[in-house]
Amino acid sequence: MTTHATAHHDDHHDDKPHGFLHRWVFSTNHKDIGTLYLIFSFIMVCVGAAFSGVIRTELMKPGLQFVQPYFFNEMTTMHGLVMIFGAIMPSFVGLANWMIPMMIGAPDMALPRMNNWSFWILPFAFCMLLGTLFIPGGAPAGGWTMYPPLSIQGGDSVAMMVFAIHLMGISSIMGSINIIATILNMRAPGMDLLKMPVFVWSWLITAFLLIAVMPVLAGAVTMLLTDRYFGTSFFNAAGGGDPVMYQHIFWFFGHPEVYIMILPAFGIISEIVPTFSRKPLFGYQAMVYALASIAFLSFIVWGHHMFTVGMPLGGELYFMYATMLIAIPTGVKVFNWVSTMWGGSLTFEAPMLWAISFIVLFTIGGFSGVMLALVPADFQYQDTYFVVAHFHYVLVTGALFAIIGAIYYWWPKWTGRMYNETWAKVHFWWSVVFVNVLFFPQHFLGLAGMPRRIPDYNVAFADWNFVSTIGAYGMYLTPFMFFFILWHSKKHGAPAAARAWEGARGLEWTVPSPAPFHTFATPPVIRNEDLAHGDVSH
Amino acid sequence: MSAENASGDAVQRNQRLLTRALIVCGGMFLFGFACVPLYRIACEHVFKNRIYNTADSGKGFAVDESRWVTVQFVGNVNSQLDWSFAPEQVTMRVHPGAVNDAWYDATNKASMAIVGNAVPSIAPSQGSPYFNKIECFCFTEQVLKPGESRRMPVKFVVDPKLPKTIDTLTLSYTFYDNRPATKKLAQESQNAISPNS
Repeated sequence: MTTHATAHHDDHHDDKPHGFLHRWVFSTNHKDIGTLYLIFSFIMVCVGAAFSGVIRTELMKPGLQFVQPYFFNEMTTMHGLVMIFGAIMPSFVGLANWMIPMMIGAPDMALPRMNNWSFWILPFAFCMLLGTLFIPGGAPAGGWTMYPPLSIQGGDSVAMMVFAIHLMGISSIMGSINIIATILNMRAPGMDLLKMPVFVWSWLITAFLLIAVMPVLAGAVTMLLTDRYFGTSFFNAAGGGDPVMYQHIFWFFGHPEVYIMILPAFGIISEIVPTFSRKPLFGYQAMVYALASIAFLSFIVWGHHMFTVGMPLGGELYFMYATMLIAIPTGVKVFNWVSTMWGGSLTFEAPMLWAISFIVLFTIGGFSGVMLALVPADFQYQDTYFVVAHFHYVLVTGALFAIIGAIYYWWPKWTGRMYNETWAKVHFWWSVVFVNVLFFPQHFLGLAGMPRRIPDYNVAFADWNFVSTIGAYGMYLTPFMFFFILWHSKKHGAPAAARAWEGARGLEWTVPSPAPFHTFATPPVIRNEDLAHGDVSH
Repeated sequence: MSAENASGDAVQRNQRLLTRALIVCGGMFLFGFACVPLYRIACEHVFKNRIYNTADSGKGFAVDESRWVTVQFVGNVNSQLDWSFAPEQVTMRVHPGAVNDAWYDATNKASMAIVGNAVPSIAPSQGSPYFNKIECFCFTEQVLKPGESRRMPVKFVVDPKLPKTIDTLTLSYTFYDNRPATKKLAQESQNAISPNS
């Protein structure tokens, strides 16, 4: 296949493979695979949002109105698994596929056929995971964290969930190895590591996190599988195992995992903010070192997810201080974004609006994270809606908003067409209002003591739950808005220039819009003024 | 992209990186399993929290008659096990260093013989290393026939080195159904009933 594509390529430079099968299913082109990833994650966002629709509708009023508690638990579990592994992670991999080769002047990803494989595993993994909804015993209902013994007491969904997670793990490991190989081996001459755009840096570090922790998750779920089906007692107290050990292993994966879902977002914001501030990124090197320190710290703070399991006091203190330490590199990043904007010639196109709302709202999520890091306070917050509010602020208004901003930002490069700025602003303001209506009241509910993962609650929590559900219904319109804005742009959008944004820097803006099927077949000459953060005379 | 543009050297470097990364992944997969022994070592040696359920020697302690420690007893049954199980005494006041006896009662409410295992736990966890069980029903499998009751002993000594800040210790047991052993027992009794089959 390689030889065929090669010969082909030499004849007509921009010819795409013909037919759906050859173009998409057998694709080894980084741009097409990036598109596949993004379409897949858009579908998964809609599926995950539908699950949350069941949750929020049931929670609109106290009492059980629509679903049985077991089905409610299936919904919370599947919502988490689908959004994390199906929506946020693949969309970042899709952006990486599209942008990293173009940003470092590489012709494609380093291992194109493995790239194809790592995408096409995903639909199968999610068919298996979503298929559990239709088998006897129903879908997994023990929460996305899959704590035993609860998680292994369901039907055979346990096995399907475990195998689905194995496949997702293999997919993201292969994707990460590809990204690391591309960044380390395929950079154009002159593109030094410390001249790379911060988005590329953020993905390099994320990819290392992924290959370090996804195998640990694979090990943990394998132990769940053998405990359930083969009579082992890794986590079975009756056989001498310890369910708390699962939590340690899971969160050793789980904490780096939450940074896997936010570091690429940091990279995106570091691209968008300088563009619309028309200034180089403030403190480029500090940004890179902050990313690296956050990644390192993520490995040594897992215990803060389990303060209430009966950990020794020394352990609690250690995990508390280590966790609070993360606020320092994160603060460096937030202040550097603000300093980038300071004194800049700002304009507020849609990508910039999403980026600024990211900075503000992610910081709120960060602050509630610091509150949760405090051991004495965490005993009150543990497993309440405060935790739910916290991680939705960092994952929805953090990761998801950054992804939407990135799509608006690079859309002209991908399609060669601008989107409708007015409708994009409506989309933004609608989202930013309703997302806060949705998640902000959950802080109050949590502080008042409403537990998470329950279908019914004390009437004292009724009002804010009602408000939160209204916010959720507002948010459910946003995927449709987004879809129609992009659809309209693809059909009728104004043509985009190669440098679609006035202040945009970076190699990707030196190729025409839409980006040709093959870019940088011969390595570009790197000129410092082309680079994303402008001044690289560090 | 293609192999002819990327020099053979780059292809080789990509292959080498792929191999190394896969080795790292394999290593991290094994690390997940290595966490099992590491966790025990950390609990027992770093945090002095005993995981293995074995007898201690109660000898060599001088009885400290100047000090009283309250020991509370709790008994739980896992939801999968149809037994009743409770301590005979709710609390005891003991001197550190003295050997004490406490009793628990268990009854099998099911209509079949069941093998149960009890898992002990001491609260607060800082007191755990100082609570020595010399004899305990939790060291072995307990078989109860349908409807059978049993009185089960715990012989324990509180180490006089127990920190002064702790004046109450709670000993809690949870009984679990030992499924494999229960199944084996059921099979054996089947064979005993029809030895010719």
